[in-house]
Amino acid sequence: MTSSLVDGNSILAVDVGAANTRAVLFDVVEGEYRFVASGTAPSTAEAPFKDVSEGVRNAITNLQTVLGKSLLDDSRNLITPSQPNGSGVDSLVVTISAGPTIKTALVGLLKEVSLESARRLTESMYARIVETISLNDRRKPEQQIDSLLRAQPDLIIITGGTDGGASRSIQKLLEPIGLASFILPKEKVPAVLFAGNEKIAEEVKTLVGSFSSALHISPNVRPSLETEDLEPAQSELARMEVNIRKRQIKGVDLLDVWSGGHLLPTAYATGRMVRFLSKVYSADKGILSIDLGASAAVVSAGFKNKFTLGVYPQFGVGENLAGLLNYTTLADILRWSPLEISEGVLRDYLYQKALYPATIAATKEDLALSQAVTRQALYLSMQSAGRDFPRNALRIKTTLAPLFEPIIAGGGALSDASRPGQCLLLLLDSIQPVGLTTVILDQNNLLPLLGAAAAKNNIMPVQVIDSGAFLSIGTVVAPVVSVKYGVPILRATLTYENGSETRLELKCGALEVLPLRGGETGKLTIQCLHGADVGFGPGRGGTLSVTGGALGVIFDGRGRPLSLPVDDMRRRELIKKWAWTLGGE
Amino acid sequence: MQAPVHHILGFASIVRERLLPIPGTVLVRLHQKVNPNDVIAEASWAREHVLLDVAQRLGVSSDAADRLVKCKANERLVAGAEIAVGRGLFPRSVVAPREGRVIVAGGGQVLMEVGESKMELRAGITGTVIEVIPNRGVVIQAAGALIQGVWGNGRIDSGLLVNLAEQPNSVFTAGRLDVSMRGFVILGGMVKDAEALKAASDLSIRGLIISSLYPSLIPLAREMRYPIVVTDGFGSLPMNSAAYKLLSTNIKRDVTVNAEARDRYSGACPEVIIPLPVSSAPPALREVETFAPGSQVRMRRPPAMGQIGSIVVVKPGLTTLLSGLRAPAAEVKLENGETIIAPLINLEVVG
Repeated sequence: MTSSLVDGNSILAVDVGAANTRAVLFDVVEGEYRFVASGTAPSTAEAPFKDVSEGVRNAITNLQTVLGKSLLDDSRNLITPSQPNGSGVDSLVVTISAGPTIKTALVGLLKEVSLESARRLTESMYARIVETISLNDRRKPEQQIDSLLRAQPDLIIITGGTDGGASRSIQKLLEPIGLASFILPKEKVPAVLFAGNEKIAEEVKTLVGSFSSALHISPNVRPSLETEDLEPAQSELARMEVNIRKRQIKGVDLLDVWSGGHLLPTAYATGRMVRFLSKVYSADKGILSIDLGASAAVVSAGFKNKFTLGVYPQFGVGENLAGLLNYTTLADILRWSPLEISEGVLRDYLYQKALYPATIAATKEDLALSQAVTRQALYLSMQSAGRDFPRNALRIKTTLAPLFEPIIAGGGALSDASRPGQCLLLLLDSIQPVGLTTVILDQNNLLPLLGAAAAKNNIMPVQVIDSGAFLSIGTVVAPVVSVKYGVPILRATLTYENGSETRLELKCGALEVLPLRGGETGKLTIQCLHGADVGFGPGRGGTLSVTGGALGVIFDGRGRPLSLPVDDMRRRELIKKWAWTLGGE
Repeated sequence: MQAPVHHILGFASIVRERLLPIPGTVLVRLHQKVNPNDVIAEASWAREHVLLDVAQRLGVSSDAADRLVKCKANERLVAGAEIAVGRGLFPRSVVAPREGRVIVAGGGQVLMEVGESKMELRAGITGTVIEVIPNRGVVIQAAGALIQGVWGNGRIDSGLLVNLAEQPNSVFTAGRLDVSMRGFVILGGMVKDAEALKAASDLSIRGLIISSLYPSLIPLAREMRYPIVVTDGFGSLPMNSAAYKLLSTNIKRDVTVNAEARDRYSGACPEVIIPLPVSSAPPALREVETFAPGSQVRMRRPPAMGQIGSIVVVKPGLTTLLSGLRAPAAEVKLENGETIIAPLINLEVVG
């Protein structure tokens, strides 16, 4: 028997993040699944607790307070299934992104082929590459062994050889792996994933299996030179990641038991949801999900025939923040600040924030710094993710981002934007979407949780998304055009449901908004000037139905790629003006 | 809301685990009293490995090579020791290129570890061994003052404390040092230039306790052979009043500077311990507190970053901050009398 209003199972979904743990309840309300409520508590993977289950219990306790019903019993164990008195839940799913980045060694035949696939595979998890071994490697086997012993990877990914192709070369590469694993103390022996030539899987078991802490074999990521298929290996890797977390962090095994094995890495669960959405809402444009948190930036995109997932711990705005300067400059971060802030202050900020990743901006200057960093981290994440977007994805210009519909944004860092307008500007600046797109804010960070729940209940994610659990910020119109600043590039008429109209002329360099409230729809007629392209072709306009959001219809005429004025004062004034336009400060 | 705790305590019972990174031998016994420089455990480890392809060198099959190999796993070999000899009138041989130990032999190959190094683990603090962890290390209990820092360069040492910071916001420069400070632990202030760190190194000091460090100096600080503990953070931050008061009133006492790198998962944290004589059992450290009126807190982010104050009231629900964000917050009275609103997540209890 369930506590739902109609027949259906209640699902408690828990996300264990690096900084916070969230417990979210989904249940059937009026015949459909809804996001009911959430509770948050600080994560407890770190000392002094060193047990993630404590933070999970605290988050569930806070959720209980909101719900006014018990989910935990007197011993603080989860009540499952739901009871006739309304307490408990029917099932639990868990996602986890807490934990140190997983040190990973890559082994592959060729740098440009199998190692490149291994790199992409590694980028789909919370990992850092600490060692790479390939045929191009000129080191002696003993040097490779010593290097592996120094790096002490948690995980080794072996790729290489097309199915039925090279096998002897791969065998040669396995020798240092087996010997290094043999030498390492038992508790430090890495797990191994073999995702290469299927013909030698048995030999891999013989050479590496007896020394590895866990050997997993997945289908070849490169069944042929022209084909790359990461999906089965990603799924295997997700399981391995959870197992590594079980070894590293207390309490993960308990959550695995509570959830009946429905425990997934957060990024993988997000990716699964994006893949699911791209199948459900199959369209010419891609679907983009971007999530920036303390532990990593996660960019997931679904296209017609391809899915990409990129996890970038180096761009997380938590303890890795000081390392951001390995990928960018202080000046590049400060270009986004509306306030005059010195490079020294920014540098100190990055190091100080890395000490206390969970802290938030309490002053205006601190917020300006935090948002400038967020912009640059998102921008860099998109640049990295863009390398793996398919070449045949629909684009207005090959050098620009593909066309997306919708863009879903979430993560703790975006919560630092106190208003939807602030958040949208942050996304427009960093993602720089082109053409027409809807921007949706996953303010409760539900996407990974729905991804984890989808395996248990595939109706629920669709119903929850349709129920308005996500905040639509609005429809963005971002034309691509090459004209001088101030030249009109687009005329638009928005016809509301009641028949009234609002018109607008967008000039190059401007940011404008036509209000259209959430839940309302309108008809948007666009006339493109001077060859401006919003996805209908250069200079071609059209009429389309648009749905409203927190802001309405937003016209971004600032150009793509966005080029900020070099003059510091003028740039800061412009940033302030744009923030005002979108309802920020 | 549960509050993180930053320990700055005049007298407490301090329990610290001291472990070898690899298995080795523990040299002390349960209840033994130890001093900071006592070696409590040691381990041997090989810096390098040598993989000898016997089969290839002798020009025989792997199986044949295995039959010719004379050494066994764990056998110690001197440089030049014969590992295998081929057959024939003029047999070729394979010898150990360096002194070392055979790790494994098989498949026509021999793997040796060479260049053995010895690693010694010192007690680091004055105290009593309360637990021996076989092959790994010990747990030591000490009594004294404890000042936790936020960053350390990974070294550990001890010595008498000397104060070169007249104020919490003093700047530590090379000019402040003289030969009389050789072998001492120095309480400095903010470090803004490389010269100060290098001069301290030239003087062979035993440790440096500073309030803040310019981020650009982090790589150099890591290279220094003496321990460096940063109490407050990066940039130009004065030392928080609690740490400054405690340190500056313990001059000429023996202190241990454990500049262990911070690890949020294990709880490892750079710290300064000042052993003190015990007449009664000192209180144990409390690792978790809750925010409450009267709690002494340290600001971890602006406004008033690094300053210490006390909570006047924990505000109900969410409070809108100056930044526009809404978060659980508290009213905090700083030591200068000013009262500010700070989000709870930006605070840590000092105690």
